[in-house]
Amino acid sequence: MKLSARGGADDRSLAQETSTLSFLIRRLLLSLVTLGVLSILVFAGGQLLPGDVGRSILGPLADERAVAALNHQLGTDRSLTVQYLDWISHFVRGDMSTSYAFRSPVAPFVGAALANSLKLAAVAFVIVVPLGIAGGVLAAMKRGTATDRIITITGLSATVIPEFVSGIILILLFGIGLRLFPMTATAPPGSGVLTGIYYLLLPSFPLVFLLFGYIARMARAGTIEALDSDYTRTAVLKGLPWRLVIWRHVLRNALLPTITVVASQAGYMIGGLVVIETLFRYQGIGSLIYTAARGHDFPMLEAGVLVVGLVYVAVTLAADLAYTALNPRLRGALR
Amino acid sequence: MSAPAVPDALRIENLDVMYRVRGQERSVLRNLNLRIGAGETYGLVGESGCGKSTAALAVMRYLPRNGRIGGGHVLIDGEDLYGLSQTGLRQLRQTRLSMVYQDPGRALNPAITVGAQLAEVFTVAGAYSADADKRAVAMLRHVRITDPERVMGRYPHQLSGGMLQRTVIAMALAVDRKLIILDEPTTGLDATVEAEVLDLIDTLRREHGTAILFIGHNLAVIARMCERVGVLYGGLLVEEAPTRELFAAPRHPYTVGLLRCLPRLGLDRKLRRLDTIPGFPPSGAVELQGCIFANRCGLVRDRCRTEPPALSALGGGRSSRCFFHEEAGDLPRVTPPDPVEHVPPGEEHPLLVVESLGKTFGSGSHSVHALRDISFTIARGETVGLVGESGSGKSTLARILLGLERADPGSRIAFEANRRGGTQARHAIQMVFQNPDSALNRSHRVGRILRRALVRLGGLRGEILRGRLLALSRGVQLADSYLQAKPRQLSGGLKQRVAIARAFAGAPQLVVCDEPTSALDVSVQAAILNLLGDLQAAERVSYLFISHDLSVIRYVADRIAVLYLGRLLEIGPAESVFQGPHHPYTEALLSATPAPDGTLRRVKLSGAPPSAMSPPKGCVFHTRCPRHIGPICDTEEPALSERGGGHGIRCHLGSDDLGRAQVDQSSAA
Ligand code: SF4
Ligand code: SF4
Repeated sequence: MKLSARGGADDRSLAQETSTLSFLIRRLLLSLVTLGVLSILVFAGGQLLPGDVGRSILGPLADERAVAALNHQLGTDRSLTVQYLDWISHFVRGDMSTSYAFRSPVAPFVGAALANSLKLAAVAFVIVVPLGIAGGVLAAMKRGTATDRIITITGLSATVIPEFVSGIILILLFGIGLRLFPMTATAPPGSGVLTGIYYLLLPSFPLVFLLFGYIARMARAGTIEALDSDYTRTAVLKGLPWRLVIWRHVLRNALLPTITVVASQAGYMIGGLVVIETLFRYQGIGSLIYTAARGHDFPMLEAGVLVVGLVYVAVTLAADLAYTALNPRLRGALR
Repeated sequence: MSAPAVPDALRIENLDVMYRVRGQERSVLRNLNLRIGAGETYGLVGESGCGKSTAALAVMRYLPRNGRIGGGHVLIDGEDLYGLSQTGLRQLRQTRLSMVYQDPGRALNPAITVGAQLAEVFTVAGAYSADADKRAVAMLRHVRITDPERVMGRYPHQLSGGMLQRTVIAMALAVDRKLIILDEPTTGLDATVEAEVLDLIDTLRREHGTAILFIGHNLAVIARMCERVGVLYGGLLVEEAPTRELFAAPRHPYTVGLLRCLPRLGLDRKLRRLDTIPGFPPSGAVELQGCIFANRCGLVRDRCRTEPPALSALGGGRSSRCFFHEEAGDLPRVTPPDPVEHVPPGEEHPLLVVESLGKTFGSGSHSVHALRDISFTIARGETVGLVGESGSGKSTLARILLGLERADPGSRIAFEANRRGGTQARHAIQMVFQNPDSALNRSHRVGRILRRALVRLGGLRGEILRGRLLALSRGVQLADSYLQAKPRQLSGGLKQRVAIARAFAGAPQLVVCDEPTSALDVSVQAAILNLLGDLQAAERVSYLFISHDLSVIRYVADRIAVLYLGRLLEIGPAESVFQGPHHPYTEALLSATPAPDGTLRRVKLSGAPPSAMSPPKGCVFHTRCPRHIGPICDTEEPALSERGGGHGIRCHLGSDDLGRAQVDQSSAA
């Protein structure tokens, strides 16, 4: 790039700020559209695939009139558009309609399951993010050595193990073999926070395995780029101690891209949750969706999937905001 | 030898540096010996790959990961650099040694404010942070940054290139150092900004008594800044001398060749072709058979091939690594001096007529005149040199001519070929870029690139296509074997030849050359400039030649146009523009260009170039004009008025009051 010696830096950054802001707004609108489309798909999947809802609940032997009555009671005999609008308008007001299986409102179930899943995800993230970043940074600083290779290869191979495999191995090894951890994720009722976390440790490991490789790889790449940069050279040649060079100059720039990756993994993680929660018999959103799908409990299924979508969009948006706030080139837009 | 009272700022003794590239050791510096006295300025010159930047990094003890010291010592202020502990090394860098390098935009951390980065220099040396901030502000003021308090809180991307480089210099000078290494500190900066930065370095150096190792490829800049000069070739110091003597009477064939490549002011393509250096620089094999320059040297004898010459002292502080150094001045020319017969630019209807061309971006109150009231013509076979700094609108002008961008309504662009119409018109204007990579498809072989251009632009096929392809590549002096190569296997100069061949595939009538040689070494630049001249003589093509290097412009151009913030400030025959009367801006530009012997008469410009987004009212140059005559300059935009012989100047001043060249420029060479 040829440097321009123009004095117009102020104008340029102003232009940049407006474009960053409009980028964020566009991002938000796009997310809303995505959610809208998701809701339609979810609804369509829930209402169209099963065909006759009353029949699929009451079974093939039920009386024709009883089925019709149930359909009328559930509202499933109305036109699809009316049903969708009715459902979505209630949904945005927090009323997620009534579960077929439990004959009671869906919202409390979804809420509780979501809370459980978030706990599990939080434990996994609290373990994997520092671990992944530390591993990546260490690998970058020891580039080309055995340490680097061990971290990189471990990360890579952990990523490709499917979570049901690692989950089962973990249960066998730590739950049944060494008896270090409980085999279920749910702490007995009445136990404290620490016990709760203790119960969540083993189930969080497959997620940690899954994400460690990605995060470490990003952190390593970012750190290497920062280490090789001219500004790091400037910092070293100033005579700054190595520790300060790393903390002040390298990490800040190196980890910025890692943030976005961590966030984008959140979606990936939800997929992993279904398997793990089932495996460890944990009442999270993943197992809720799974159970609802098996039991033809469509309102529950729809609500579960849509809530997952919401969480995903929220996390991605938060990551964009964090990235913007931490990047001085873009920061002005948020003021 | 007894130890001197004041230790040398830098002493390099028998330094060998190797790089490991794809499993093979390559010598980058061989047995380098060099000393820089306290407060002395020393210039190290050489073309790319000669090892000059490696020398800088070795002196900073910051070699790349694949580099290692093969032997020798580096003493800084009397201390053995490679014998120091990590702590000792840090202390040395904190207090006695620092470096400024190319591209200040990347030298500063994008995520930290400029102020914090500058203050770090003080805190690391033990100052409290409030004190460090105060000293940082003082330092910014010292490097003449206006409003330093505000600049302290800015991030690098919010500052212009000139400001950034001054900040980096402030950082290097913050503590009184013994030695500062400057590695191409002004490459990439505009001419007037470069001149300012060099002035600043010079003043500060005198104030602080700092020794300087100045590394660069621009001989003119080195000549201006340094007391002594060393010439590096293939990792070897081949000549060393006090600056004046070296430039007046070089004693090594390589130095002689380098100086002959320079298009000195006063030289003209119609009178003389530039000399070049044949062949390619050495690859860095560890073993040396004979003289490292032997395969490119015009004076080579049998002895040179078997016995490596030593660097021998010639007296008067000079030394040369050549057996036949007395004869160096008689080095035979490689390129015949007489240019191919040049047909003078046509008198008939001009090839291109541009009248009141304007370009406005945006609309309403946000509109910006990127170009305004531009009128000029280009005759057949003529070269018009276009000079302009960043933000002048020269790229926009080129894009409009190429049809990539539309001019404002009311602009008139008449291109001779247009009248004949058809697809020919589009192909009749071609472009050669600064960076040939952007024009060449990297995955195709050179032969394929040229063949496609011939098919597309010339509609050729079969036998004729084959014949034309060979003629084309030979026309740009590209060996046939390169047709099988891919662009990345070629050097910068060869790639530029391919790009030129591609531009010429459709027999264009006008070629827009946008800084075609500014990324190339001087010896390669000379060959490319000769090539462009030969092609013009053979095909009677016209050039619009954009460059920031005035000596290059002087060499290639019949007429010169000076662009500033979208306005044509001056246009006229090359001699008139150089002889004067000058527009005040041209005068400043001319004076910012040092001659290769280091002489310089400076007209200083005050203030930074204004933003192209909001050009000043009245005369666009009034915010920096040293000859500003009064309110009329601030309110009324002057017209481009004729000053005789087709020489137009946009200034309120009368011709008699404008500056003129004081010395005959050609005698400076
Ligand atoms: S030693 Fe011989 S080959 Fe080397 S520069 Fe001198 S004359 Fe040329
Ligand atoms: S018109 Fe005035 S400000 Fe503009 S160049 Fe001439 S003297 Fe300078």
